[in-house]
Amino acid sequence: MTAVIKTSALRKDFTVWHKTGRLRRQRRVVSAVDGVDLTVTEGELLGYIGPNGAGKSTTLKMMTGILSPSGGQVSVCGLTPVPQRTTLALRIGVVFGQRSQLWWDLPLSESFSLLRHVYRVPAADHAARLRRCRELLDLDAFLATPVRQLSLGQRMRGELTAALLHGPKVLFLDEPTIGLDVLSKQAVRGFLAELDARGDTTVVLTTHDLADIEKLCRRLVVIDHGRVVHDGTVAQLHAAYRSRRRVVVDLDAPWPADLVLPGASVERVEADGLRVTIALEDTTAGELLGRLAGSVALRDLSVREPEIDDVIARLYAGR
Amino acid sequence: MSDTSTSGLPRILAVVAAAGFRRHSTYRQATIAGAFTNTMFGFMRCYIMLSVVDVTGQAGGYDRAQLATFVWVGQGLLAVVNFWTPPELAERVRSGDVVADLLRPVDLMAMVLATDLGRAGYALITRFVVPVVVGMLAFDLFLPADPLTYAAFAVSVLLAVLISATCLHLVALTAFWLMDVRGVTMVWALLSGAASGLYFPLTLLPDWLATLLWVGTPFPSLMQAPLDVLVGRGSAALMVAGQVAWLAVVVALARVVQRRALNRLVIQGG
Repeated sequence: MTAVIKTSALRKDFTVWHKTGRLRRQRRVVSAVDGVDLTVTEGELLGYIGPNGAGKSTTLKMMTGILSPSGGQVSVCGLTPVPQRTTLALRIGVVFGQRSQLWWDLPLSESFSLLRHVYRVPAADHAARLRRCRELLDLDAFLATPVRQLSLGQRMRGELTAALLHGPKVLFLDEPTIGLDVLSKQAVRGFLAELDARGDTTVVLTTHDLADIEKLCRRLVVIDHGRVVHDGTVAQLHAAYRSRRRVVVDLDAPWPADLVLPGASVERVEADGLRVTIALEDTTAGELLGRLAGSVALRDLSVREPEIDDVIARLYAGR
Repeated sequence: MSDTSTSGLPRILAVVAAAGFRRHSTYRQATIAGAFTNTMFGFMRCYIMLSVVDVTGQAGGYDRAQLATFVWVGQGLLAVVNFWTPPELAERVRSGDVVADLLRPVDLMAMVLATDLGRAGYALITRFVVPVVVGMLAFDLFLPADPLTYAAFAVSVLLAVLISATCLHLVALTAFWLMDVRGVTMVWALLSGAASGLYFPLTLLPDWLATLLWVGTPFPSLMQAPLDVLVGRGSAALMVAGQVAWLAVVVALARVVQRRALNRLVIQGG
């Protein structure tokens, strides 16, 4: 496994000026990224998340050569991004969800053929990649439409295609699903899952949509205040923050308030005591059910997996 | 990697220029409206200039036909040599879209200039042709006899387009410091119009001022030079050489400013 992206003690400081008087301003240095160590190996799909202002985009900009680090090292595909930006551009693809790399007044198909020349892609490779994107992202209906007339979902599918036509080793996606409707989100996710399954492209994905992460990323890096606060799988994150599974039971008779459940706690009682949510702490769903079956009249039940939104919210709130 | 990047560049830029042509060709109504306006102003300017000639016999050293050519070809060149369209890059810096431009494997300025050449090519076959044909039908224009003059004119127009595009790139680059370039664009529009010979032939100015403009600014290279080459006033070789020199100066300046602008961006952020 070779490291495609490597950062060590990566920092980015910004200088902000504070108004302290009519003419006086005070200089303050803010670290947007404050010592990030990260190694991403070939073919990995890395979820990179954090609250607004945590330093996600700044990290991505340093990896793509748009910003130079204030300290530490970064290398992508063996290159140093800022000084070797134009060389690196041939090996990476970038989608910034809130920016566009397509030509506003040209049809999508012309933007694509222009990109083929700009990136010097052999015609056959270009055609093969474009065919795959057209199928997976359903582009045919709007290939001839000028980019300015595309809906956001259509444009984002076009952006993804544009970022991949030169066969990049690494794909950087900065909030690619922002503002998309359910269908477009599904299309984008399905496409990324397929890309991940092929295993020849390394993907770094930042998002605020945690469903993206759950569906796509085995590895999750959480950054806050410019520092990595979690680096591991989603399951490890749940374990670290003791996320709990829940059992929701529907009853025929109201919940007896004095019932004691070892290793579990009642979170909520609703519908006049006929629906109860129980969080599992030190026990299994099976043990709990055995205990419940002897004490109450069960009508129905469901087991809920812990939600990533909850654990991330706790993680952000506890900072 | 490096050998393909040098051998492939002219081809890439040709394709980018063709895309620039295509992009502008999508705005047909704007093209028609622009050509119509340029033609209307052509009549106005031409009658005013000719009324001066009718009183004095000549104006600024041009006879009737030369002056009519100066006005009408000038009206046509107005859209070819970009004077007034605010640079796209400035808006992209303000919006942050410039990030996408920087992630291309091709230099920013090369992309900008190639795109503008495509735009100029489209303007040449639309916005240039209409006023010139109308002018030819409505007035007696001076038409050079020597085919070489037309070739020199073509070279001079190409140089003017490149100088103008480079100057506008410089205007756009100020966005990296100022964010809002409207002020700089207005100063550019004012100077490039008045000091280039677009509004009136520079020969109408006092000698010292005209000389100062020729030697000290790139503006006469944008309009007065190609028009004088065409009507055969002054030495064509000297004027084209002057344009080449000015192109070298503004390109060198733009390289330095672009490097500093990008350095500023990568260090201070957007």
